[in-house]
Amino acid sequence: MVAHQGGTGYENPFMSEPILQVTDLTKAFGDVMSVDGVTFDIQKGEILGLLGANGAGKTTAINMVLGIITPTKGSVTVFGKDLSHSRIEILRRMNFCSTYTQLPGNLRVWQNLKVFGKLYRVPDLPKRIDEVLEMLEISHLKNRVSGELSAGEGTRLNLCKALLNRPELLLLDEPTASLDPDIADKVRKVVSRIREEESTTILYTSHNMRDVEEVCDRVVFMHKGKVLFIGTAEETLHHFEEESLEDVFIRVARSGEIKPNRGKQKGEVSK
Amino acid sequence: MSLGNVQALVLRYLYLYTRTPIRAVELLFWPLVHLLVWGYLTVFLQENMNSDFPFKITYLIGAVILWDILFRAQQGVAIFFLEDVWSRNLLNIFAAPVTNADYLGSTYVVGFFRAGVTSTMLGGLSLLLYSFNIFDLGLALLPFIFNLLVFGWALGMISTALIVRWGPAAETLAWAVPFFIQPFAAVYYPVSALPVGLQWVAKSLPCSYVFEGMRGTLNTGEVDWASLGLATGLNVIYLAAAGVIFVRVMNTAREKGLLTKFASQ
Ligand SMILES: Nc1ncnc2c1ncn2[C@@H]1O[C@H](COP(=O)(O)OP(=O)(O)O)[C@@H](O)[C@H]1O
Ligand SMILES: [Mg+2]
Repeated sequence: MVAHQGGTGYENPFMSEPILQVTDLTKAFGDVMSVDGVTFDIQKGEILGLLGANGAGKTTAINMVLGIITPTKGSVTVFGKDLSHSRIEILRRMNFCSTYTQLPGNLRVWQNLKVFGKLYRVPDLPKRIDEVLEMLEISHLKNRVSGELSAGEGTRLNLCKALLNRPELLLLDEPTASLDPDIADKVRKVVSRIREEESTTILYTSHNMRDVEEVCDRVVFMHKGKVLFIGTAEETLHHFEEESLEDVFIRVARSGEIKPNRGKQKGEVSK
Repeated sequence: MSLGNVQALVLRYLYLYTRTPIRAVELLFWPLVHLLVWGYLTVFLQENMNSDFPFKITYLIGAVILWDILFRAQQGVAIFFLEDVWSRNLLNIFAAPVTNADYLGSTYVVGFFRAGVTSTMLGGLSLLLYSFNIFDLGLALLPFIFNLLVFGWALGMISTALIVRWGPAAETLAWAVPFFIQPFAAVYYPVSALPVGLQWVAKSLPCSYVFEGMRGTLNTGEVDWASLGLATGLNVIYLAAAGVIFVRVMNTAREKGLLTKFASQ
């Protein structure tokens, strides 16, 4: 194991069978090791935060879980099945939302949701579309042209798409990145709520500490493709001997190396 | 292939066209301009040429209509992909449970519709303006159209593969690829007009048999079924090769992270 494995802080009776298991996941783009031997798992109903500075490898890791990028090494197992063999079957029970994507701007909100609802074979689609719009408080935008929505509305529409099929595993790539604090707060509440109500398992990348502190059960701290530490927010603070996650984040980002707390024996990461 | 997925992807395209009718301009305007230019050139040549010239000038109008079928089918595939690039929707599609076959299947349907819309318009107008009836080709019209659609799809898949491989900078290939082959495809002139070396190139392209066949059929009323059979055979090879290229490039794209690069452009 590259990093410490802390407790989840979230008690779950099905601890034994992870929904997502990532093992020694590695991606090299030429000389750049975007993701370097990453191992972690997520239990059913858990929210795991993937935390790290720009370029830490969060998006690349998420894209490997989606099968949009093929790993150089390592494996991704979802619902107990190997991603490289059962991709379509797995994707049907999964969904994703990223700040880097949009739904086609020239379609109306309901048209976009209908197209994706059909792709994910959502039963009773019209009702589900109303439900997800309601959940993200954008029902009034149903007939609007998607391209005319504000950034915050667009992100919430993206999230609607991601919730359509009641995914068992939801991947969120910086869902709050372009949102004002009010909307970001609402999005965090929705994320927490669907976990409560539907036991959705969530992998959540962010460089926003509030996100992580509020919604994540555990954090995977990444730096330059490597996992520095896995644990609850508290365990992370303890491990790095810092007051806040923000301090940890800044120190890791600036130190530029795996052992962030030089001079302090306790803060070192075992290798 | 999942018919439900194909339906959903085609639906997206239909919404696009019904929501923004201005897009139909592209579908109707350029073919119309083409037809007018070649049509009036035909009229001019007909009036000024002596009658023993062995080349029926109305071929040109038939060529415009048939070429456009190939071009629209190719565009159906290539533009379909680019629409997702332009709207930053590519990752949503490829993160959804959509197989290569679903994706390609829907591009075929869209290509078919596009070709249907323009050829109907061109066929009608050429009859009205130039008394050229495309249905004079008779039963041969069906295999002609079929072969052009299939070859167009193959070219579309290859165009898309090139765009994926070389990135957004290669976008113009979506329009350029058919015109790379046009000089050798014997669209507006017979294969025999080409230098001998290039005649071999022409003979390796399924569409050249269709354009030759069109001229032959208009001339003699006889259909050269043998060469149409050859065209179909060639098409099977092109389509299979294009499919292999497409799938391989998609795999390369997953290895090199090309799809995500599109997304972050
Ligand atoms: N498709 C790609 N081709 C080449 N390098 C890439 C590609 N995608 C990401 N990278 C590189 O991998 C590293 C990690 O990027 P990324 O996963 O986007 O980080 P994060 O999401 O944590 O900001 C960066 O150095 C980035 O430049
Ligand atoms: Mg990122």
